[in-house]
Amino acid sequence: MIEVKNLTKRYGDKLAVNNISFKVEKGEILGFLGPNGAGKSTTMNMLTGYISSTSGQILINGADILDEPKKAKSNIGYLPEIPPLYVDMTVDGYLNFVYDLKKCKLPRKAHLKDVCDLCKISHVRTRLIKNLSKGYRQRVGLAQALINNPPVLILDEPTVGLDPSQIIEIRTLIKKLGKRHTVILSSHILPEIQAVCDRIIIINKGVVAADGTADEIASKITNEHKMTLRIEGPTHTISDKNAIVDAIRALNGIKYVRADMEREKGIYDFDVETDGKTDVRRDINALCKEKGWNILMLQLSDLTLEDIFLKITMGEQAAETSGSSKSKERPKINIVLEEKSGDAPEETPESDAEDEGGDK
Amino acid sequence: MGAIYRREMGAFFTSGLAYVFLAVFYAFSGYYFYNTVILSGYTDTSPLFKNMFRIVLFLIPILTMRLLSEEKKNRTDQGLLTAPVGLWEIVLGKYFAALTIYVIAESVVFIYAIVLGYLGTVVWATLLGNYFAMLLLGTAFIAVGVFISSLTENQMTAAVFSMAVLWFIYLFDSFSDKITWEWLNKVTSELSFYTRYVEFTRGVLNLTSVLFYLSTAFLFNFFTVRVLEKRRWS
Repeated sequence: MIEVKNLTKRYGDKLAVNNISFKVEKGEILGFLGPNGAGKSTTMNMLTGYISSTSGQILINGADILDEPKKAKSNIGYLPEIPPLYVDMTVDGYLNFVYDLKKCKLPRKAHLKDVCDLCKISHVRTRLIKNLSKGYRQRVGLAQALINNPPVLILDEPTVGLDPSQIIEIRTLIKKLGKRHTVILSSHILPEIQAVCDRIIIINKGVVAADGTADEIASKITNEHKMTLRIEGPTHTISDKNAIVDAIRALNGIKYVRADMEREKGIYDFDVETDGKTDVRRDINALCKEKGWNILMLQLSDLTLEDIFLKITMGEQAAETSGSSKSKERPKINIVLEEKSGDAPEETPESDAEDEGGDK
Repeated sequence: MGAIYRREMGAFFTSGLAYVFLAVFYAFSGYYFYNTVILSGYTDTSPLFKNMFRIVLFLIPILTMRLLSEEKKNRTDQGLLTAPVGLWEIVLGKYFAALTIYVIAESVVFIYAIVLGYLGTVVWATLLGNYFAMLLLGTAFIAVGVFISSLTENQMTAAVFSMAVLWFIYLFDSFSDKITWEWLNKVTSELSFYTRYVEFTRGVLNLTSVLFYLSTAFLFNFFTVRVLEKRRWS
């Protein structure tokens, strides 16, 4: 349905999108994930023909967006980051305008009614867009994209600025649309992508950092498995803690053990990381039985999408910094760079937590 | 093109801009009609049209200022440029909408003609010639205004800059008079919008002048299309 080959966009010296390629099949819901400024919107603007690529090719339903723009564009419904609404028009007037603009051949009244019902804007059709709330404007933007039933829907951060119930509504709607349309959706909100998309592409600094389902990406990035254990020793003292750490570390297939905080009085949590090949749960159980310890909790903590995202986006940051520190010129600046890289990892999880907070 | 034309026409009236434009146009043309035609005691409408040149200079930028600048500012151009329409359709849709308002304004002269009909005999040849000349002037000036509107995101910038450019075109004549190099003088007087316009108001229908105005209109619409095209590539 959509084929992107070696797409590159350069703004002056700045490389916004660097040689990305991917394919989207019919009926797929693809999520574009990336930190702010990663090139998500730029890519979407190129896909829809709003801006042109510096090099590379985009085929929409077989039509090249630059060679046959009208044919390619007639297959796309686009909801940009800021919905392209004329605020001095009524919802009805605007949708009729879009209907004419897209040269839609479907029966006008019935089609507009369908679209309005789907986006739940039927009761505001006679109102001026400037008097609508942000959530309704977003829905009108979505309705605009749906006019003429395009096989491809491209939605740039469709839930930004909506309240939680609206977000759930829009997500459900997108899932529903995914049955009839091919959908590309961008977001920097991880749970959203996870809830809606079949497939995820993580874009970072203009390149595709990962492509696949959340599980596939996770297994590609790491083969480690983590778990958290809460084990009760006989004496409820610190000597228990050390004994347990040493005993677990001696087991086969354990890569790393660390005693965490004292969660209950005299009882500690232990973070355990395995090599990913051995299942150590039974061994730990047997060990505890033998020593007379009690396992109070065992929690597997495999990588979440959030971990993956941070790992990819920050892993590269770290690699880049270490790369530059290897270069021999100006050692003084390297120190500054390293200090900076020390700050950055702390900042990002915080801002992500904020996103999530807003989401809930 | 039809969709964009209809939307722009709607926007002209819902925003009130069309009413303001028409009211100001009618007020000034009415003043000049009374002052230069009725009071003169002749039914010749040429003095009216000669004076209208200056009014048009100020009013056309008001008509064209928001056509493309506002689209860019509100990001509604994303909707237009990703829809299956060509750039020419977008530009011409907007251009013809502005031209339509202009024609509605200009057509007030037919009401003046009715008034004149009571007072004497209307010289229809001069009147129609003048009407046609003003129409041609509008086709060229509106294209210039639309082009300038495509260069900026700010309506006021577009309006002031368009006024400056059109005013410069008006003053062009007095420049060319003072140029002593004969060849340059010849070139600049050939490019004069005002001389060609006045020629029409005298009742001379010069085909090269018609072509001059129409090709200016085409050229600036073409420039506008190129500006939109270039924006995608930068």
